[in-house]
Amino acid sequence: MAKIKSEPGWKDLEPGFVISEPGTAREYKTGDWRSERPVVNKDQCIKCGVCYIFCPDMAIVKGPENYFEADLYYCKGCGICAAECFTGCITMIAEEE
Amino acid sequence: MAEKTGIEVSIAAADAVGMTNVDVVAAYPITPQTHIVEHLAELVASGELDAEYIPVESEHSAMSVCCGSSAAGARTFTCTSSQGLALMNEIVFLAASMSLPIVMMLANRSLSGPLSIWNDHSDVMSIRDSGCIQMFAENGQEVFDNTFFCFKVAENKKVSLPVILNMDGFSLSHMIEPIEYWTQEMVDAYLPDFEPVHRLHPDKPVTMGALGMPDVFTEAKKLQNETLINSKSVILDAWKEMGEVCGREYHPVETYKIEGAKVAFLSMGSMGEVVSLAVDALREKGEAVGQLKLRLWRPFPFEELAEAVKGLDQIIVLDRAISFGGPGGPVASEIRNALYHQDNMPFVTNYVCSLAGRDITANDFIKIYEESSSASEEMLKRNDYTIYGARE
Repeated sequence: MAKIKSEPGWKDLEPGFVISEPGTAREYKTGDWRSERPVVNKDQCIKCGVCYIFCPDMAIVKGPENYFEADLYYCKGCGICAAECFTGCITMIAEEE
Repeated sequence: MAEKTGIEVSIAAADAVGMTNVDVVAAYPITPQTHIVEHLAELVASGELDAEYIPVESEHSAMSVCCGSSAAGARTFTCTSSQGLALMNEIVFLAASMSLPIVMMLANRSLSGPLSIWNDHSDVMSIRDSGCIQMFAENGQEVFDNTFFCFKVAENKKVSLPVILNMDGFSLSHMIEPIEYWTQEMVDAYLPDFEPVHRLHPDKPVTMGALGMPDVFTEAKKLQNETLINSKSVILDAWKEMGEVCGREYHPVETYKIEGAKVAFLSMGSMGEVVSLAVDALREKGEAVGQLKLRLWRPFPFEELAEAVKGLDQIIVLDRAISFGGPGGPVASEIRNALYHQDNMPFVTNYVCSLAGRDITANDFIKIYEESSSASEEMLKRNDYTIYGARE
């Protein structure tokens, strides 16, 4: 398929479910799977980037003032960043709160 | 036209694969398929065939290698039987769903247990719903001719699916038969070079085997089903073209002495030749009996079957596998299903017979005919099945 559609019909798919356009996983909004989101306490953050290294979905990006923060469009809320953080500056907050 | 050569069917099959100029062969030896891959290994080792022969550690790996090589754009072949097919089962479904045009020969052998190396169709029935094109050969010539057909259909861009050529283990694979070889020119004229729809190549990256979330999985399966159904027109064309090349034209449903028949046997594979002997004997006695041979198993030839059974009162389906606790043999249950809506649907009686290579002769089929044609209408209506020859 030339362009990823949100709800493709079977005729839009390529034989063998091949995806011939690279990088289309970016189109997939995985953030809505999340039940908790990481919140960074910038007073404790040392900008080491260990969260960025461990994030299995590459959902952590360097933001303003070089703080690392989760892109909530993709972050699934797994909590690995919070578990790995050296200073404990990341807290997982339930989404309904 | 070339002369006929007396040769073991497995060796002829391997020679045919070699004549397609196959790029990759990945297989694990298992009885009764061994001679096919063994001879291919010899062809590669002697330099006659320029191909990668990958001696894998299991059938699961064999089909996995085939998926990789086919995805990379290589003409790919494998071959197995019974337990080997059971072990590669997972990857057979992947090959089909990923549209990888691998050709596989199955020297059909019963699935254990009890442990058996002999021939029936229980192995292939375990991948009936895999999405592969599946056909049956009746004799060595059909195996030889259809090897080229399998590659031609599999690699057609409108199809791009795995194709499985079934031949009965031992009773076909190990027979020495007179086979008319094609010349290399005939093969080259019939079988074009393999040009894959997609290939794994760094110049143009693609994703194969992607995750299909619930919002797209149904569409992917619908596409897969449509592709398999639509492959039939390519199959028909390829058989027609074969007729022009070698003088033998094949059909999804073959018939024998069907004109004026009221009762017909229906079978798949090499048993058909023995059934023909019984049909000859019964015709001589004045019985209105004929024969149907189902050559194409997937995609199922609904139209051709409906056409072939016109005027029949009864079909005796000879199955070589059982659906335990189900409606008997898998072939009979599909025949009943296919004809259910037909006006004047013939009665379908079902005999499960010749399991694990138990000998069955023309006299047995005559006995089956007498038994089922004299059965009461009430018995026929029960849609029952008989496991023929099972001692009390």
